[in-house]
Amino acid sequence: MRFLSSLINGVSLGSVYAIIALGYTMVYGIAKMLNFAHGDVIMVGAYITFIVMNNAGLPVWLAIILSVIVCTALGIIVEKMAYKPLRNAASPLAVLITAIGVSYLLQNLALLIFGPNTKQFTSVVNFSSIKLFDGKVIIQDETVVNIVLCIIIMICLTLFVNKTKAGQAMLAVSEDKGAAQLMGINVNGTIALTFAIGSGLAAIAGVLMCSAYPTLTPYTGSMPGIKAFVAAVLGGIGSIPGAFLGGILLGVIEILGKTYISTQLGDAIVFSMLIIVLLVKPTGILGKNIQEKV
Amino acid sequence: MKMKINKTTKKNTITYLMLLIAWIVVEVLLRGGHLSNLISGMLVLLCVYSIMAVSLNLTVGILGELSLGHAGFMCIGAFSSAFFTQCFMNTGMNAGLRFFLAIIVGIVVAGLFGLLIGIPVLRLKGDYLAIVTLAFGEIIKNICNVMYVGKDSNGIHFSMKDTASLGLDVDGTVIINGAQGITRTPRQATFTIGVIVLLIALIIVLNLINSRTGRAVMSIRDNRIAAESVGIQVTKYKLLAFAISAAIAGAAGALYAHNTSALMATSAKFGYNMSIMFLVFVVLGGIGNMRGSIIAAVVLTVLPEVLRFADNKRMLIYAIVLIVMMLWNWAPAAKEFRERVKERFGFDGSKAKKAGKEEKKNTKGVA
Amino acid sequence: MKKFNKVIGLSLVMAMLAGTVTACGSSSDNAGQNTQTDSTNDGADVSSDGTAVWKIGGIGPLTGGNAIYGQAAMNGAQIAIDEINAAGGINGYQIVFNPQDDETDNDKSINAYNTLKDWGMQILMGSVTSGCCTAVSDYAVEDNLFLLTPSASSVTSITYDNAFRVCFSDPNQGVGAADYIADNGLATKVAVIYDNSDVYSTGIYDKFAAEAAAKGLEIVSAESFNADNKTDFSVQLAAAKDAGADLVFLPIYYSEASLILAQAASMEYAPTFFGCDGMDGILTMENFDTSLAEGVILLTPFAADATDDLTVKFVSTYQDKFGETPNQFAADGYDAIYIIKAALEKSGATPDMSVSDICEAMKTAMLEITVDGLTGTGITWSADGEPSKAPRAVEIVDGVYKAIQ
Repeated sequence: MRFLSSLINGVSLGSVYAIIALGYTMVYGIAKMLNFAHGDVIMVGAYITFIVMNNAGLPVWLAIILSVIVCTALGIIVEKMAYKPLRNAASPLAVLITAIGVSYLLQNLALLIFGPNTKQFTSVVNFSSIKLFDGKVIIQDETVVNIVLCIIIMICLTLFVNKTKAGQAMLAVSEDKGAAQLMGINVNGTIALTFAIGSGLAAIAGVLMCSAYPTLTPYTGSMPGIKAFVAAVLGGIGSIPGAFLGGILLGVIEILGKTYISTQLGDAIVFSMLIIVLLVKPTGILGKNIQEKV
Repeated sequence: MKMKINKTTKKNTITYLMLLIAWIVVEVLLRGGHLSNLISGMLVLLCVYSIMAVSLNLTVGILGELSLGHAGFMCIGAFSSAFFTQCFMNTGMNAGLRFFLAIIVGIVVAGLFGLLIGIPVLRLKGDYLAIVTLAFGEIIKNICNVMYVGKDSNGIHFSMKDTASLGLDVDGTVIINGAQGITRTPRQATFTIGVIVLLIALIIVLNLINSRTGRAVMSIRDNRIAAESVGIQVTKYKLLAFAISAAIAGAAGALYAHNTSALMATSAKFGYNMSIMFLVFVVLGGIGNMRGSIIAAVVLTVLPEVLRFADNKRMLIYAIVLIVMMLWNWAPAAKEFRERVKERFGFDGSKAKKAGKEEKKNTKGVA
Repeated sequence: MKKFNKVIGLSLVMAMLAGTVTACGSSSDNAGQNTQTDSTNDGADVSSDGTAVWKIGGIGPLTGGNAIYGQAAMNGAQIAIDEINAAGGINGYQIVFNPQDDETDNDKSINAYNTLKDWGMQILMGSVTSGCCTAVSDYAVEDNLFLLTPSASSVTSITYDNAFRVCFSDPNQGVGAADYIADNGLATKVAVIYDNSDVYSTGIYDKFAAEAAAKGLEIVSAESFNADNKTDFSVQLAAAKDAGADLVFLPIYYSEASLILAQAASMEYAPTFFGCDGMDGILTMENFDTSLAEGVILLTPFAADATDDLTVKFVSTYQDKFGETPNQFAADGYDAIYIIKAALEKSGATPDMSVSDICEAMKTAMLEITVDGLTGTGITWSADGEPSKAPRAVEIVDGVYKAIQ
């Protein structure tokens, strides 16, 4: 019984990680960029939704749409101003460091605009939770919504990438930027679109994360960003179902590790498991084993 | 061939000289009382961060692997050396000798962990390696944070729960107190000692780069398969470079532990945020450029402090300055702009100007 | 190319060094006046128009995860200073306050301390957090500068004789909580959920566990979380529920506590929740459903809905000025300034005395004064710097505090 409810809790936590990782892996897999500012775009999305719902009193669906629009715009602007000039830099680490600068910028802007006080987010999900086994095992409504949405997003993204022209362009750009440009693909536009989609997904992730865990501060997005990175790598870099799987697995490992071994060493256990998985499967669970040809 | 060696030696000598001159200048200002309290209080910390930047630059620039867990090595060095000092605090050992031994302890323990961690880590590639280093950094920080270690007449006691379960005698003392860490280690690290350790680290790294070992490591970075085909033992050289990098980080940690009266394994000080900060120093200063990473470490550490006049907009301005500096240093467009400015003012001398004019003529022909 | 970068880089460094070296007074000087460049600050401190002023420095987290508490303490202090200045100042001299950010980082706390020293600080109200206070107090004792921390609760924060405290210490609260639970028979099986990365939380838990053992309280489950994982508490709550605990002790801050309350409710687990002063502020969280906190007992020195004149005036001034209800950190900051005022008035010190002389005078005065503040009445101090405050227990009933001592 304890195992089952721990497992459910793990899937619950993992579903939040998964939805963040899905947005993360878009940019990661295609623009090949570790976007350390992703977690902070999530935070911005959550704040916009909060302000629109609570202070302006507008309906939930409108708040979410506004939040997605603002985050998408933010993603495109940041890409154009901070990442694009560095696209052909001598080292891919340059964009990474600039992303860190953008992360600090977003956090401190949020601190100045919204203040440091914790805001309590009202959950946008309002179904009743599912109770099994006489109420001994409870599945939260947010979890169900998260997982359903994850699957929908996964299917949409996979269809988009494989079936549409723009999606195929993205695959081409991720494989070889130069060749893609020679083929007539608008590389700038494609990468901008990638960031737009990633940021839009971040906004949705922000709303769902704060629905499940309702405290909101300017620093709420920092740790989830790193967890998303870990989940994306665990599932295999560039793999969309991998990001989903990595997220769920990370959540399950975290909860089971904390339950059965120790809560004090929670971090140590999660990361140890991560290391073991990567040693056994060095390219992540669903990652492609690229053979290096000489 | 001869010219090349001389050029690198000249460059390295300039780096050492710059460091020595900086030390002399600062010491003179310090003695004369002309340095503000803020700067004089930060001197050891600046040395510590410079050493960390050099250490990470060895891994990222020379070995060519992205390490997001270097703060973990600093943590190991700090805790092991502080623990050593605390153990021998009242045993009548000469304080200077104790401090020196403590630094050695920090270096050796960190280097050992570098070796142990390197064995699984260096088998991976690229971002997977980065994640595993991040993982190790977090594991180290977590363990240091929940450790309770006490000493009494019966020896050393260890617990992961709380001080009560240590079972200390009445005369026992708690050395590592969980989240509170190690308090009141004598603050023996001075700016001079910091500069000496930094100088030694620089000498080791710069000489490593110019040696056979260094060239082997760099060849692995540039093309692993080609290096292997030539007969270079990839694993051995990778481990060596990584362990040296970890050992240098341990030295920085030992210095840090002897400059703070409250050594705590917090997320902000030894977590991934700090590791990423060191990476910022390395990238901003130039990957593989030791002198640059020291300058970047100093600038980025002093910057938020001198921005204190900006009150609550301080960190915002810091973020913008960081982004601007990155764009200035790394964007190809900015590079072109700088080239043009240099040509106009003839910074590289007329030779380069002529070469530039030649190039222009050639490309004009092609176009 | 490299040479050009080198020139730019070097000139930047030179400019910065030159700026900070000579900026001993200018860039960090908020009062707009010249100060000496040596490390000890003897002689008169004057404002721009030449009259002497008291220079009180504040150190606390104004950015970062703990910004709530640092900003609250500084805001509370500012209200006190404005009131005192309007009433004529201390011993006839006005006060200038300089709050500095330390981002809850020990090294930045020391940088803040040094910046304040360059500014000419005479008295320090800070640091707000325990670890930072421990680090700063080592420097303060070397300079013999008077230090009064509003909220650092660790024992090591005020080890030296120039350091005093406004709030409860960790042992005080940990022992107090265990005694209260045992003496009032609140529960037989107790679970604890604490933050293992926080000095405050682990400090209280440590002493609580020891006292609980002495009083025969059974701790059936003691689980922790850390600062990087403070949103999901399903594991800790499940452990407490499975162990059959009827009281859960929460020596943590209110943001995390609000999540624990919500998650316990959704798991249909309803023990008594018992918190310490960090729990204060939970009722005034923006958009918080106060019915979740129904029945929570906490030890707090401050109640924003208390009806005594001092509290009512403070709360309304704070709401007018900062747009929100103050928590006990703000109250601590407010009381700290009034305590400093009381000590200065008792000793008759003036701003033209040296920092060390002011400190000596205040050290003696602190042992002689009695202060009635927001966080306690009839507070006195002993030579170890601890205030003689007894924690008051309140219960949350119908969304407000109800005294139950």
